[in-house]
Amino acid sequence: MPEREITFAQAVREALAEEMRRDSRVCIIGEDVAEAGTPFKVLSGLVEEFGAGRVVDTPISEAGFTGVAVGAAMTGLRPVVDIMFGDFITLTMDQMVNQAAKVHYMSGGHWKVPMVMRTTLGATRRSAAQHSQSLHAWFSHVPGLKVVLPSTPFDAKGLLKTAIRDENPVVFFEDKMMYKLKGPVPEDDYTIPLGVADVKRAGDDITLVATSSMVQVALGAAIMLEKEGISAEVVDPRTTWPLDEKTLIDSAKKTSRVIVLDEGYGRYGVTSELAAVIAEGAFYDLDAPVKRMGAMHVPIPFSPPLEDATVPTEQTVFEAARLLCGKNQ
Amino acid sequence: MTTATSNPQAGREAATDQQKWLHAYRQMVSIRLFEEQVNEVYTRALMPGLAHLYSGEEAVAVGICEALRIDDYITSTHRGHGHCLAKGASPDRMFAELLGKEAGYCRGKGGSMHIADPATGNLGANAIVGGSVGIATGAAFAAKTLGNDRVAVCFFGEGALGQGSLYEVMNLAQLWKLPVIYVCENNQYNEYTHFTETTAGTILGRAAAFGIEGARVDGQDVRAVNEVAARFVQRARSGGGPAFLQCDTYRYSGHHVGDINREYYRSKQEEQLWKTDRDPIKVLSKWLYEQGYADATSLDRITSEVRATMETAVKFAIATPYPSVDEVEKHVYA
Repeated sequence: MPEREITFAQAVREALAEEMRRDSRVCIIGEDVAEAGTPFKVLSGLVEEFGAGRVVDTPISEAGFTGVAVGAAMTGLRPVVDIMFGDFITLTMDQMVNQAAKVHYMSGGHWKVPMVMRTTLGATRRSAAQHSQSLHAWFSHVPGLKVVLPSTPFDAKGLLKTAIRDENPVVFFEDKMMYKLKGPVPEDDYTIPLGVADVKRAGDDITLVATSSMVQVALGAAIMLEKEGISAEVVDPRTTWPLDEKTLIDSAKKTSRVIVLDEGYGRYGVTSELAAVIAEGAFYDLDAPVKRMGAMHVPIPFSPPLEDATVPTEQTVFEAARLLCGKNQ
Repeated sequence: MTTATSNPQAGREAATDQQKWLHAYRQMVSIRLFEEQVNEVYTRALMPGLAHLYSGEEAVAVGICEALRIDDYITSTHRGHGHCLAKGASPDRMFAELLGKEAGYCRGKGGSMHIADPATGNLGANAIVGGSVGIATGAAFAAKTLGNDRVAVCFFGEGALGQGSLYEVMNLAQLWKLPVIYVCENNQYNEYTHFTETTAGTILGRAAAFGIEGARVDGQDVRAVNEVAARFVQRARSGGGPAFLQCDTYRYSGHHVGDINREYYRSKQEEQLWKTDRDPIKVLSKWLYEQGYADATSLDRITSEVRATMETAVKFAIATPYPSVDEVEKHVYA
């Protein structure tokens, strides 16, 4: 397959364009998705190719257009809604949690909701408390939804294409800070199944389970650890639901030490769930309690030094991993 | 299984005026007697959960649904039995759903407040007040995009006027000229509170604010409801965009079957006045007599036939099995 380096944003756009060419039922609905191509310019050029009937600008009405997408998905379209900032999912909660997630089950399997919600996560963009949260744990909590967290351009394209072809409501979280990240991406059609973790780096001494924005942090920390003689394995679940429990547990059994990294809040969050899954599945092989590292339990502050302190960094992960491996100096 | 009440869409073109209104009469009686049976089954403790009865509001569901095709869409509410029946649902599978049985429309997983049926275009009853306004508008969006000339009707009570999402989708529907009709059933009470205590301005003023064509009709007169509905449906189907229909009606029962002592929020005299003077079945039967379309004997025959159908449906639902417990994790994902 011909491969070249493109950015995460280009990979997302390419996945959408390919799926829209493949299936005329796929449409994009959201605020400033057409001519503006979103503030992040992820969708630039799509309205020119597919027209305003399939790349549909909406008023600033997240609940309204998400509800429209639910109904449209039930009746023959495959909408991809764009929620500009992940913080705005709060406005769509009834439509996603009480409607989209439950329609198939409540109707005894008669109606389906094949829709995707694309939204963002991630702090350190100096956007303050209402434009910086990583709220994917909320949707991961709800039966009926699937939640995807791509961490590379390659994963972004393959996972988004799978999400669009899925018969269920899928929420696709993109790290805002990663849009310019470059990586190899095949030019051709390919998909990545939901619920299959990816070992981003093999190692023997400690497992760093990391999602989305934290995968690059974990890979950076792994290089620092290597210099200390610690071999770190980096495992990316890629989806919080469905969850590839086996790959996480197998890695934990192999290395016996685990840190779970996720940019959402630690309390009652993704790190807690993943740590519990690993603790239950690998208890007798663990040499230390599973450590969780997530966002601090504070609203994300605006001031740069304060904001930077709220999320795990390569340095803090490096230090935590060393301690967990018994290297105190 | 027993058969459904006759298909409201079958042969409409050829139906005479007499046949049309006798059919509407039968549909309204079906809803009334269905709800009588629900009340009976509920008070005998055979039905789990809550029961929100539609009695008194029959002319709205029937007047609207008689103007629709079988492949048009509806969304319904927690007080939804009437909408489901009027759109063509079969009472035996509805009762089975109400009792949580496998033969129910949703295999028992939805219950009274969530009956859904693709075969009759029923996108589902919804237990979140105003929860289906997006779904109905989305169905209209899909119909327009796919060019299949279907129309979506969004039934909601006046209580949903308090939900902001209604106004978000009304704005979208008018901007995009979607074939959706918002039907506000004003049964006077948001649960236990009179709507005048919760609703500023006028109801139709809300539609006017978006430039959506609106109308207010006597929701106890099925012919009046149907006349406006037919006009709005035809207009929506031919690309004329959304409409808003306010139907003034009355909920005979309490908010749910257990809401018995209601004097603190409405008087018995008020209830009696609606039942004696404005009952939708009486209003239509009086007109049928005047037209010479029916007499007491022919209407009694309809009532007896419907009653037998409902009794059979209840017996079926009681006898039919619950879903297997293995079913609990099925249909979480498609």
